[in-house]
Amino acid sequence: MENNQTKNEDIKQFIVVKFGHEQYGINIQIVQNIVRMPNITRVPNAPAYIKGVINLRGEIIPVMSVRVKFELEQDQFTNATRIIIVKIDGNAIGLIVDEVLEVIQLSEAQIEKIVSDSDDEKSKYVYAVGKVGEELVTLLNVGSIIGVDD
Amino acid sequence: MDVSQYLEIFIEEAKEHLQNLNEALLEMEKSDDNKDLVNEIFRVAHTLKGMAATMGFKRMTVLTHDMENVLSEIRNGKIEISAELLDVLFQCLDALEQYVDQIIETGTEGEKTNQPIIDRLNLILEGKSAEHLQEKADVNDTSASQPENKPIMESGPIDESAKRKHKMLSFNEYEKNAILKAQEESYSVYGITIMIAESCVLKSARAFIIFRTLEGLGQIIKSHPSVQDIEDEKFDLDFSVFLISSESQEKFLKELNSIAEVEEVLIDEIHLEGAVQDFGQKQRDDKQDDEETSQVQDDSAKDKEKRESKGQAPTKPKANRTVRVDIERLDNLMNLVSELIIVKNGLETVENNNQNMNEQIEYLERITTNLHDAVMKVRMVPVERVFNRFPRLVRDLARKLNKNLELHMSGEETELDRTVIDEIGDPLVHLIRNACDHGQEMPSERKSRGKSEVGNVYLDAYQDGNNVVIEVADDGNGIDVERVKAKALNNGTISRDQADAMSDQDIVELLFKPSFSTADQISDVSGRGVGLDVVKTKIEALGGDIEVKTKLGKGSTFIIRLPLTLAIIQALMVRLENEKYAIPLNTIQNIEDVKVSDIKYIQNQEVINLRGHVIPIVRLDGLLGIERESTEESMTVVIVNKGDKQAGFVVDGLIGQQEIVIKTLGKYLTNIRLIAGSTILGDGEVALILDVNSLV
Repeated sequence: MENNQTKNEDIKQFIVVKFGHEQYGINIQIVQNIVRMPNITRVPNAPAYIKGVINLRGEIIPVMSVRVKFELEQDQFTNATRIIIVKIDGNAIGLIVDEVLEVIQLSEAQIEKIVSDSDDEKSKYVYAVGKVGEELVTLLNVGSIIGVDD
Repeated sequence: MDVSQYLEIFIEEAKEHLQNLNEALLEMEKSDDNKDLVNEIFRVAHTLKGMAATMGFKRMTVLTHDMENVLSEIRNGKIEISAELLDVLFQCLDALEQYVDQIIETGTEGEKTNQPIIDRLNLILEGKSAEHLQEKADVNDTSASQPENKPIMESGPIDESAKRKHKMLSFNEYEKNAILKAQEESYSVYGITIMIAESCVLKSARAFIIFRTLEGLGQIIKSHPSVQDIEDEKFDLDFSVFLISSESQEKFLKELNSIAEVEEVLIDEIHLEGAVQDFGQKQRDDKQDDEETSQVQDDSAKDKEKRESKGQAPTKPKANRTVRVDIERLDNLMNLVSELIIVKNGLETVENNNQNMNEQIEYLERITTNLHDAVMKVRMVPVERVFNRFPRLVRDLARKLNKNLELHMSGEETELDRTVIDEIGDPLVHLIRNACDHGQEMPSERKSRGKSEVGNVYLDAYQDGNNVVIEVADDGNGIDVERVKAKALNNGTISRDQADAMSDQDIVELLFKPSFSTADQISDVSGRGVGLDVVKTKIEALGGDIEVKTKLGKGSTFIIRLPLTLAIIQALMVRLENEKYAIPLNTIQNIEDVKVSDIKYIQNQEVINLRGHVIPIVRLDGLLGIERESTEESMTVVIVNKGDKQAGFVVDGLIGQQEIVIKTLGKYLTNIRLIAGSTILGDGEVALILDVNSLV
């Protein structure tokens, strides 16, 4: 285990998910779990991007619509829809994604940092672009999406 | 010896003893000349000293030792109890509390020596008053600046004196005293310089072996360089130590020369001139002189410990939060768990027999209810734990404010959940300060109003159904409604129209608004603008509420109502469209079927007249963002209470009563309006709990 880590020091793993046509990468380090859509309990008076809360093995976890946060059209729940449970600073939250595609490995060389445009609210949600062959994957800054960086 | 495993016990017991000390001191202040109390205080100081010494908390030991000296003189009738003396003893108590707090946080007692307190104790012991303090300090200064005595050698060839490095070393007061004392008790004191072979690779390891050998033969009082430096290999090839021993020089030479890689051992017996000073003096010098000596001892102790637990990561003892539990309660828990196992076995043998199944489920239900009760009781602590610091608080406040105050407490045995107990302290301190500062008039004022000069502050706790009520009351001036109103108008909290429409009670409630303080002067005690709103927020966060009753000229009462437990409650599950919500059962008064045609309007607010009571109607669907057209002619209304207020919640249907486990919505969903928390239902779905406080 430790050996692996030292060997792959500059290799990072990302889970590739899909919103509409775009592919996004989420650092696998913070991902706790990927679950199918369970019943969501709506929470009144919560921010619009919070779809509600779910019960994950006895733990109450809020679920967030990344689409609403990104100002895309509302989620269409299909068979492929998944909730990615991420945990940052000990607090878990679920992100609704259209589809989970694969896990990719990126070395430092394949990751190109992008300078965030301070005028654009949404630009701070992404921090880099990863190149896998011909494909481009936008890497999400999950911390700022769920609002722990602000 | 590794004592960290006893740390928790130490902390628990130290707290208890300090509490006893506190109570005894307060009692002593009221009734001077009470032999039993002095004995009690002496006993506590003595026990604390023993405990601290066992745990290796040196500074605490020194302080309690000096306390004990003074107390023993009081006990023998040699020193009279005076206000000054009590002050010093209270200071000791505070200092000891600080030590314990430090220990809880870091596992060590910290660096503070509390020298001024120790000085004062010693002055009292010497029968001198505080004016001698300065003089004494001067004396200490001069003694410190005096050139330190060189040890006088009895033997030893002169030509080797350059090598005998221990001869170059001087002693501080503490070391001198130790040496003199040893001489008096006819022990020998040796100075030894040890040279290690140049070829030695692990000098520090070698030095450690030497030290261990020396420790087996006598007590090391000084080393140069310090043990820490030697351990870090910050020395050349030689080092010097001084030690007290009953062994002969030859024995040392033999033992040390038998250690490998020791090049040369030079040893001298040392004699110091001078008389042994009294023990008190020595204790003080221990603190004052450069910390070198105690450092050395500290280090060697640490050193030893480290070696003993070699390889292990340095463990930092940190105190956990603990609850002391009555063994009976634990037995009860154990019994219930056994029964649970029996039911499980019972369920295993049930074959599709409905009758049996129901029986087993009923049995199971009974056990889980009892288990819940039992676990809850384990978490319960008497409010005494919080209350017991208030007598001191009121005493200090009375002095500071120049008022004559008396605190009356009752119901200290009332029990509350540990989490609530931990949180309730600050709000109560706040309320008591308010009562003492704002509430109570000055003694002269009281007299002119025909009240007794002594202002009373009452603190009462009692259980009321599923709640625990804590009341903080005073017989002071009460809240001046007109002044509050004027102030609120002044800073724009309310408008003139609003003010006219508000009842006196409504205006008093304004005090709970943020940044609202009526104190004309900002005093040390209260009136910094952060006030009752913080108290209210805190209490509401605990699931409780607070109200105030006041009468001008007679005093005011703050009533805090807290739930007995936080984790599990009885709730009524209701349905709104297809969503389920829980309403805490203890807030529900009754449930009514109301015809739509019975709804009246007062000031644009829907109300119903229920057997003579006018109750406002709350349309939950609208507030909770459920959109739909209501066409029904009759509706179900759940009437809830909050203090004296009532409201009727309109729901679509009742599901039933259920025991629910409260879960928070987590960090991302804090302060969601109208929702107090969530719970998981039997089918795994999540239901939200309505926050009755904010809805009424």
